[in-house]
Amino acid sequence: MAAAAPDPLLRPGLIGARLPRVEDARLLTGRGTYADDVRPRDAAHVAIRRSDHPHARIVSIDTAAAAAAPGVIGVYVGEDLAAQVRPLRATSRMAGYHATEMWPLARGVVRYVGEPVVAVLAEDRYAAEDALELIDIAYEPLPAAMHAPEAAAADAPRLHDALPGNVLAARRFGRGDIDAAFAGAHAVVEASFRLHRKAPLAIEPRCAVAEWDHGRRALDLHVATNIPGVVRDALADCLDMPGNRLRVIAADVGGSFGGKGSVYQEELLVAALSRLLRRPVKWTSDRLEDLASTSQAFDERIEASLALDADGTIRGLRAEVLSDVGAYSIYPWTAALEPVQVVSFLPGPYRVPAYAAGVRAVATPKAPTGPYRGVGRPAAAFAMERLIDMAAARVGLDPAEMRRRNLVRAEEFPYRTGSGLIWDRSGFMETLEAALRDGGYAALRARQAEARAAGRWFGIGLASYVELTGIGSRISAAPGMPINTGMETASLRIDVTGAITAAFGIASHGQGLETTLAQVIAEELGARIDTIEVLQGDTALVASSTGSYASRSAVIAGGAATLAAREVRAKLKRAASLLMEADEADLEVADGTVRVAGTDRVMTFRDIARAIYADMGRIPHDRREDLISTQTYDPYLGTAASATHLAAVEVDPGTYAVRVLAYHVAEDCGRIINPLIVDGQVQGAVAQGIGAALLEEVTYDAAGQIVTASLADYLAPTAPCVPPIGITHLELDLPDNVGGFRGMGEGGTIGAPAAIANALSDALSPLGIAVDELPATPERLFRLVRAAQRKDDGA
Amino acid sequence: MTAGPVSITLTVNGEDVAASVPPRLHLADFLREHLSLTGTHLGCEHGVCGACTVRLDGAIVRACLVLAVQADGRAVETIEGLSASGEIADLQAAFIAHNALQCGYCTPGMLIAAQDLLRRDPHPDRAAIREHLSGNYCRCTGYHAIVDAVDATARGRADGR
Repeated sequence: MAAAAPDPLLRPGLIGARLPRVEDARLLTGRGTYADDVRPRDAAHVAIRRSDHPHARIVSIDTAAAAAAPGVIGVYVGEDLAAQVRPLRATSRMAGYHATEMWPLARGVVRYVGEPVVAVLAEDRYAAEDALELIDIAYEPLPAAMHAPEAAAADAPRLHDALPGNVLAARRFGRGDIDAAFAGAHAVVEASFRLHRKAPLAIEPRCAVAEWDHGRRALDLHVATNIPGVVRDALADCLDMPGNRLRVIAADVGGSFGGKGSVYQEELLVAALSRLLRRPVKWTSDRLEDLASTSQAFDERIEASLALDADGTIRGLRAEVLSDVGAYSIYPWTAALEPVQVVSFLPGPYRVPAYAAGVRAVATPKAPTGPYRGVGRPAAAFAMERLIDMAAARVGLDPAEMRRRNLVRAEEFPYRTGSGLIWDRSGFMETLEAALRDGGYAALRARQAEARAAGRWFGIGLASYVELTGIGSRISAAPGMPINTGMETASLRIDVTGAITAAFGIASHGQGLETTLAQVIAEELGARIDTIEVLQGDTALVASSTGSYASRSAVIAGGAATLAAREVRAKLKRAASLLMEADEADLEVADGTVRVAGTDRVMTFRDIARAIYADMGRIPHDRREDLISTQTYDPYLGTAASATHLAAVEVDPGTYAVRVLAYHVAEDCGRIINPLIVDGQVQGAVAQGIGAALLEEVTYDAAGQIVTASLADYLAPTAPCVPPIGITHLELDLPDNVGGFRGMGEGGTIGAPAAIANALSDALSPLGIAVDELPATPERLFRLVRAAQRKDDGA
Repeated sequence: MTAGPVSITLTVNGEDVAASVPPRLHLADFLREHLSLTGTHLGCEHGVCGACTVRLDGAIVRACLVLAVQADGRAVETIEGLSASGEIADLQAAFIAHNALQCGYCTPGMLIAAQDLLRRDPHPDRAAIREHLSGNYCRCTGYHAIVDAVDATARGRADGR
């Protein structure tokens, strides 16, 4: 065991305090401002006719009847806007990568059911939707390979005529002598893993409201997004507008989970239409549109094998990943975002001396895939953690002992993985031991023995994983993609009233960043937290930003906030030193005051601010400094956040429903800013991972229709599905970044599918069943059990 | 295509409202678009997610499944009204204390559904809380903190706090 972590609750100071959120007051009373709450008086409302074909040529579109319908302002097809905009095109330097173009409305060919084809603008949404039905589109269906295995074939029908095939990206990773590792192995375990496609399913559907100001030739775009900066920069290019006349505002955002983390055709559409019509244009998606057109994820097929020594030591890992990425390479991440991360994270927190893996990202006529909480790592952890449990069974070790023998040890950090990632010191082993201890592993094993004796299907699963968070500019999701994800800016000022305003480019969508960033500033500046106003979610605030995603905001924006607060604190001390005629070294800054230590000579921030800004002559003009600092922080590398999950499940032999009986997470997320918020992130992410493991699946039928386009068909966890989730926070060696923070917003979703798959496999191991396909729906479990029983009967 | 407007009178958060509405206008759109009460949120418009939960004559309903004309002559209460009256002040305080909200989008509906349970069953156990809230989706919290907050509110009311 490592040295006991300091209890974050007992630590003095605002960083680490369980503070209530400043966001809550408005959100609890219905006074938030989500994009759809922005209601310009003379807005034109957009409804979108979407493709009902997976792949077809548009022969003709007759919009005459729709244009004549009551309340309709205009009807637009792809060609109408072609001269107004440039398309979204996610570029990358990756060898063998092929970009695709996304126009606001399809031009010539449609490539998935749900792709925008015609936009109707009307005086209200009801009239716009009425008119949609009057549009007559003639399609000529084109051949399509619906799923990745057939779409990857050389002779498959091509989705994009201009490209050589459907493989949009392919990469290989490796190190060591993989053939020797397998040739000399005592044992090899291997399996095919399948994770089915998911929808991010934020409860707030996507929405965009554009307000063109013709006098200034300027546009405000209110949008439900977690990347306002990326949207601004992309639209500035697509619409050929300067950044100071294009402002993207994401005030309150009703969750994203990745689904609001790409730039969408509809955002470009409403912006272009508002400029064209010189009036506000609003589009709010309904749930069907959301499920059919918001970026999806996790559609992975993984063939993997692990070579072992007799004592369970891992010798090598091989994998081939086929990733079903949908119809377009999403902006700005590219279609390689998730597939590459599956392969680069597959070795996980383990010592894997030899590694060889390849991945292909294959275009299919489905909604484009994009970021989704965990990005690639949920699939990677699922496959690797199953292999670890299979290996444990093969060599006769307890799954916990198998992990102990192979996790990277404290003395091995920094550890370079077979895919080239570098793990800084993180609590791989410590989280395992803490999960076993605090999750009651031994007691659960005893419960399992009793349950098994009674013939019940009770299982326990572990999952250890590591993710890279707060990633600086050295590492790109897709090398050469059009944005820099490695830096963020904080702009801090104390005004003449002594009030503190901190502006950021990041965009909170539930994380409580207005609270946590205020905590960081209050502590670093020596201010009272209630005097700090955090502004975010608005591209007018800082020169450059991308947004909140990839477990980066606490690390990178928190780091920028720290640097800015330190500079303003130094300026306060210099001014106070002049004003109180004291040596700077004797000054103490705390609680919004600067005091000469050991005396009653004290000035408030307000006193100092007035002296600087308002009282002419109090500070010599050539020594006057404003109380402002703008700092941009780039941690360059990333930092490893690690955890071990422990799950206990039972399968009902009558209904094949799975109950999650116990769940524990032990995690190392560095220095904790607010334990209340960290707990909420862990619990929410685990619930999402449980959904991925047991319930959630986007299904396209053989004809390419999405058949999970309502919440009656796409099942997400409700309150009774989610167990109480125990959490152990370990604060071990802090990472080498400015704040000592690690990102932790995604981890729960990474560990839960793996832990549940292992628990289910453990529960059904008496029948010889392994659960290697998720979600493990009752139907899938029933089929597995029936197949096992038939095999038994036949033997 | 569309039938002509219908006159309705109702009370919304205790205030008399008279309006002329299309028969197909649903209650959530009426509240949001016509009365600017944007605290009632729409998540699915097919009655599953519960984000649009409001009270109609004291009972909770999904405002996306009720037409505005069905509210004629009746009393509607929304998050704005329940907040202003102070009826759920302790529940709201418990949501803050337990971090029972993150993005806040499901929160108004969640609060109204939770208050409905507490009015009918002042001493619900945690399983009953989960069951009663099973028609209100929350994608952020994993429900744990919401159950804690409702449980704490029930205990607080039992203690007369």
